[in-house]
Amino acid sequence: MTPAVTPRQGAHGARLLVIDEYGLVSHVHATALADLLHRGDLVVANDAATIPASLHGTHVPTGRPVEVRLAGRRSLSPGEVDRFITVVFGAGDYRTPTEHRPEPPQLKVGDHLSLGPLNASVVAVRGHRRLVELRFEHPAAVIWEGLARHGRPIQYAYVPEPLSIWDTWISIANRPVAFEAPSAGFVLDWATLRAIRSRGAQFATITHAAGISSTGDAALDALLPFDEPYAIPRATASLIYQTKQRGGRIIAVGTTVVRALEHAAQSCAWVAPGEGIATQRITSESELRIVDRLVSGLHEAGSSHYELLRAFQHDDALERMTAEADRRNYRTHEFGDAVFISRAARATTASEDIRTIISALCPAM
Amino acid sequence: MTPRPNNLRVAITGGTSGLGRGLVREFANRGARVAFVARHRTDVERTMLDFPDARGIVGDISRKEDVHPIAIQILAALDGLDVLVNNASSLGPLPLRPLADTDCEDLELALATNLVGPFRLTKALLGALAGSARAGRGAVIVNISSDAAVTAYENWGAYGASKAALQHLSRIWDAELSHEGIRVVSIDPGDMDTPLHALALPDADRSTLKRPESAAREIADLIAEMTVARSQAVLEEVWR
Repeated sequence: MTPAVTPRQGAHGARLLVIDEYGLVSHVHATALADLLHRGDLVVANDAATIPASLHGTHVPTGRPVEVRLAGRRSLSPGEVDRFITVVFGAGDYRTPTEHRPEPPQLKVGDHLSLGPLNASVVAVRGHRRLVELRFEHPAAVIWEGLARHGRPIQYAYVPEPLSIWDTWISIANRPVAFEAPSAGFVLDWATLRAIRSRGAQFATITHAAGISSTGDAALDALLPFDEPYAIPRATASLIYQTKQRGGRIIAVGTTVVRALEHAAQSCAWVAPGEGIATQRITSESELRIVDRLVSGLHEAGSSHYELLRAFQHDDALERMTAEADRRNYRTHEFGDAVFISRAARATTASEDIRTIISALCPAM
Repeated sequence: MTPRPNNLRVAITGGTSGLGRGLVREFANRGARVAFVARHRTDVERTMLDFPDARGIVGDISRKEDVHPIAIQILAALDGLDVLVNNASSLGPLPLRPLADTDCEDLELALATNLVGPFRLTKALLGALAGSARAGRGAVIVNISSDAAVTAYENWGAYGASKAALQHLSRIWDAELSHEGIRVVSIDPGDMDTPLHALALPDADRSTLKRPESAAREIADLIAEMTVARSQAVLEEVWR
């Protein structure tokens, strides 16, 4: 597999590697996504728009250049943008692979950063010299104007041309809360949404503040994904409830959707509407209560994305997936091809019965 | 879930003069959350003094690079979007002149402001509008048109052709987006006593022209009606 090196929008030109519930692999064009659905299925996507979250500027005490990548915050509220968790790089830009980027100057609490029109100060250094909590010293409207006009999309060296902000917005982009594109959503275009409905399936969205996918530092990467706030609209929660009741399947577009829906179902067997903060890691040990199928990009073994796939399928099926993707030269990363991965068939349905019992105790939708 | 006017989220381009300013006033008075866009910071700041609850955004919709920064600021100001009014317009070359005397660059500029700009901004905000429709709030896009889009007025070529294209774009988009629960309408507000009209026809008898405030009221009434009708239709679909 090699990385996709140019931006892509919509389903055209992308391939979809399909793993069924028995771990068997097949291949279709991404434009045929709707053909994989059954009447009564529900497709759920993350509609986060991408913030131009890379800010170049200067570390005021030393005068040395820095690149700040916004990486997390505690809320989706557009009024609460004064504080961000950030990853700070030294001189240079995305053209240098992150693992080769120079360290930033030593950052101390109270240091000021000048980031184009925005001024920020270091509130805390979070256990790693490059992981820093910043406070922007402006009203929210000024911060948004500064981000919108001065910020650049976070980008990695495998895409050589500078990305424009529109390259990072999926078709259904709604509120700007993601730090990197919720890239599985690139397979969704408006024609695909229509095909989904024609198939007798339905479409719904959540909003999840997708964080950064890589920092170039093994110690920092081990902390990914950071805690991510999400919001589940009432209409989406209702459709999930109705779909499950009718025996339909929930198809998540993107790992962020899995993370949000499974987090929202932790305290209750069903997905409750409202806001939450996804704090859990999904791994081979995780039980999936809500999501039956996942559409995702292709990522290397060992990444947090790949770990999440292990909640869906046995390792031997995932190894077959990687081998097939290698053999057919599938393209990885955010503008690449995709997988449609089914949850492995289970021997028992006892948990379905337990779920039905628990649901009786949960608040009605 | 039915959107009362006081929780509608409305974005208006060209919001510092004429009909746009009238729409900012009208929606602000009705308790809607309003964001407006205009090219000049001084105009934006002056308008925000008059309507302190509205959020002013500086940007030029005819410039490709400005469109997403505008969209980001609209979505941040309103935390989503229910209604987009593409009102900002360019007359083309001034004084108005026959098409044969119109520079190609001037025609391109009129198309950039009156057709491609609204197309880009609408496309950038379509995800938010579809999200509003799915939530049962009733999403509406209004493209401000003109009778020059229909009638072949001499000397109005650049403006008329671009508005005719916008009107047809609106019809096609309305057909396509009905599947998403989004209405797209093109509205001709009539000849109004606005700075734009004065630029085009400096000698016009202003007493015969419609007040932009009354045109704004009519448009706001229509939008309120459509959002309620849409939200009820979508709710019936969701709860069916």
